[in-house]
Amino acid sequence: MSEARDRILGSIRTSLKRGPLDGERLAAAEDRLAAHRRNLMPSRARAAGEEGIELFVRMATEVAATVERLATPQDVPDAVAAYLAQHNLPAELRVAPDPELDAVPWERRPTLTVGRGRAEDRDATSVTGAVAGVAETGTLVMASGPAHPTTLNLMPDTHIVVLRTDRIVGSYEDAWDVLRARGALSRTVNFITGPSRTGDIEQTIQLGAHGPRRLHILLVDGGDGDGASA
Amino acid sequence: MESTSHAFKDNVHEALRDERLQRALGKMKVGFQGNRRRAIERLPEFEALRDEGRAIKDHVLEHLDFYLERFESRVVEAGGHVHWCRTAAEARETIARICRDAGARTVTKGKSMVAEEIAINDHLEREGFEPIETDLGEYIIQLRREPPSHIIAPAVHLSKEDVAEAFYAAHRDLDPERSLVEPTALISEARAMLRQKFQQADVGITGANFLIAETGSTVIVTNEGNGDLTQTLPRVHVVLASLEKVVPTLEDASTILRLLARSATGQEFSAYTTFSTGPRRPGDPDGPQEFHVVLLDNGRTAMLGTEFQEMLRCIRCGACMNHCPVYASVGGHAYGWVYPGPMGAVLTPSLIGVDAAGHLPNASTFCGRCESVCPMRIPLPKMMRHWREKEYAAGLTPATQRWGLGFWAWFARRPGLYHLGTRLAAGLLGRLGRRQGRLRRLPLAGGWTDWRDMPAPEGRTFQQLWAERRESARREDAR
Amino acid sequence: MADTPPAQPRVGLFVTCLVDIFRPTVGFAAVNLLEKAGCRVEVPRAQTCCGQPAYNLGDRADAADLAKRVIAAFEGFDYVVAPSGSCAGMIKEHYAELLKDDPDWGPRAHRLRHRTWELVSFLVDVMGMERVEAAYQGTVTYHDSCSGLRELGVREQPRRLLGTVGGLSLRELPDAEVCCGFGGTFCVKYPEISNRMVEDKAEKIEATGADMLLAGDMGCLLNMAGKLKRRGSRVQVRHVAEVLAGVAGEAAPIGEAAVRKG
Repeated sequence: MSEARDRILGSIRTSLKRGPLDGERLAAAEDRLAAHRRNLMPSRARAAGEEGIELFVRMATEVAATVERLATPQDVPDAVAAYLAQHNLPAELRVAPDPELDAVPWERRPTLTVGRGRAEDRDATSVTGAVAGVAETGTLVMASGPAHPTTLNLMPDTHIVVLRTDRIVGSYEDAWDVLRARGALSRTVNFITGPSRTGDIEQTIQLGAHGPRRLHILLVDGGDGDGASA
Repeated sequence: MESTSHAFKDNVHEALRDERLQRALGKMKVGFQGNRRRAIERLPEFEALRDEGRAIKDHVLEHLDFYLERFESRVVEAGGHVHWCRTAAEARETIARICRDAGARTVTKGKSMVAEEIAINDHLEREGFEPIETDLGEYIIQLRREPPSHIIAPAVHLSKEDVAEAFYAAHRDLDPERSLVEPTALISEARAMLRQKFQQADVGITGANFLIAETGSTVIVTNEGNGDLTQTLPRVHVVLASLEKVVPTLEDASTILRLLARSATGQEFSAYTTFSTGPRRPGDPDGPQEFHVVLLDNGRTAMLGTEFQEMLRCIRCGACMNHCPVYASVGGHAYGWVYPGPMGAVLTPSLIGVDAAGHLPNASTFCGRCESVCPMRIPLPKMMRHWREKEYAAGLTPATQRWGLGFWAWFARRPGLYHLGTRLAAGLLGRLGRRQGRLRRLPLAGGWTDWRDMPAPEGRTFQQLWAERRESARREDAR
Repeated sequence: MADTPPAQPRVGLFVTCLVDIFRPTVGFAAVNLLEKAGCRVEVPRAQTCCGQPAYNLGDRADAADLAKRVIAAFEGFDYVVAPSGSCAGMIKEHYAELLKDDPDWGPRAHRLRHRTWELVSFLVDVMGMERVEAAYQGTVTYHDSCSGLRELGVREQPRRLLGTVGGLSLRELPDAEVCCGFGGTFCVKYPEISNRMVEDKAEKIEATGADMLLAGDMGCLLNMAGKLKRRGSRVQVRHVAEVLAGVAGEAAPIGEAAVRKG
């Protein structure tokens, strides 16, 4: 294997007519990596504050996610119960073992059966948080970890996301800054934009190919910080 | 995958007569072109982003060794393994070995053109594994035992009736009286059948749209979520990627991602864009235990430093084939191998040789539409012309074309004889066609007159008439 | 945009082999328009072919040879103008690349490219022509030739001038910018594909209901006229220069016989 590695690297260097990078060129390449500078940013990706939230809502709705704004996390159980009833879904949830979701007063809706952990095959509906929402395309950013099993994003038919409005940022690059601040990247970072879909049958879009058919976002105002950052 | 590119003309002949295919191509064209146009209208910076994308990739290619080494270190730091493979055979053996070591039986797969390139499914089957395609389009063509016809919409050549036929034939345990008329029924059935496989799988193989050097992450871009289920549920996740997929940073990937979905399907962003870094961490409730990246060369490093280097900027969006009038006429299978359309016309000869794939860069009018929509500004017609130059230099150009051209060039170098010859031709053809103004048949020109009339020349050449006009003007002045 | 042209610029007309052989009417229409714009037009006798067929076949040697001849014949003029996006594109966009390794011809090719123009874009973008004194009572549809459109940016200029032709009504052709399937030798190398492309084009042309099809390249015009006539279509086909010069009606349309009098 390391012979193949050497041969491939050698082939690259032969084609580029040089040896391994060194000196200034190496320093410049190292700097480029370390600095991870942003390239050209579209103006749409600079949306901030209430404008950013509105853009997020508009873009997410365009891709067939549904969005509901709530004043406080206390309102989550009622909103979830109403959503399940509206869609004739069983009153059963698989909730991510996320401290913020633990703090939600699920006991307000005692008819809701709340299980925690990773998704099981029979789970119809999951509830997770999100690291961020990206306004430019209505995209949710999830990072796997003990508080967020990835399977909750993928396996159930319905995925409900509780997102604080102060976690809505303008651009993907803003989201990467948030993730970098948390330390090394998780095993899986999902950028989720709308429910699962396919156009593979005669070019018509059908929702719910393998991932969730429904993506419902509960946008919760408040949180400790200011409004959304740029 | 075995190539039938040498039989391009036969493939074309059949494709043009295939009514189902022609209808499907008509739909494809309108859908993809319109959607892309609408998406880029909404992003004023799109043109500038194309320049950024090109610059990022050009930079990477000039520093490809550096970025691959950095990528590898980061993968290893995150607990993964990197396997460097020079050839398709090495990659097949490596993947089979990983599956064997994992004691695997079922292997699920996300969509990967590189996997087609190395024909991994056949190999895995021969080695006793059960590979299951999970992308709906790929699943359908796997059932039909045929190759993909488009790099992002592999079943674009099929009607829903074709899909229903395939499902009735393959899903024998289900009620044969069930209706599969509606696309929703087909999707639900595929979802149910594949859900079991996702959960049974011991190994999940995905491709990668990007490899990120900064973090050792691999990136897949899907809409169905199948790639995610493929890479999250099994114990072992294998990423198969050709080595030019590397980009330096998360920011660079973000820039190019702004181009990708818009150029491919006209979406703002795909439903699932997923960044995978190593295996599961301690404390993770799900995720694979092992993470392997199989880095494939298979001809890419040989393209570096040549007039084909720019082809390595390709991000596999499919915009070129969506806008190509040749692809729209004959579909992807006619091209005979993994990569169809304009990008296939440039890449295929590099990977399987210009003698096998010679037709592909020749079957183009150089209309330039591909280049005009390529998000990475790849000069596709220019590179197709380079292949023609190589064929010409190697004596592979068909004799009739060489001689015809040589004959023409001989005259064109001799203005006196040229003008005489053109006068004769214009006069003769003009006379032959005078009655109707056109010729329905012309010896030696069957390629033209089988399909269209040949308008008759006016009878005298411009140079002839111009000389006469000047002559009579001079005589006028002299008087 | 070009620099201000000299008063009475000397223009070398690059006739193109297809205009020379098939339709001199177009050459004369071009001369007519150029003279109306205030140019002195000459037609170097030493010109033959721009070399594009050789270039696209991969025969760089012959192409370079022919390119040098064209450069030598034309470099003395203020401008080189061709009634063809394809030939103008060859000279303007490809000669410099073809001769880039030649220390003498490379720079000469480079100098020539700045002075080389497709006819209609020359009239509008260089000579500042804003209208034509021509009339045509009827509906017209226009096909954008690929080289002119994508290599040279010719799109608005013919439409603008056609808009000033008295009595002319322009109907946009759906998929006007899609290739007609000519592609030089492509149409005889891959005739089945070429036929499919030109059939699609002919259907769209007929569906506009226009009386006449115009374009700026003889290759496209011969291809489309040939297919339209084979289909029995009544659409008349001409080069756009003929209508702009006000000489549509003097020669039979492409692929039709002259109407006999008496």
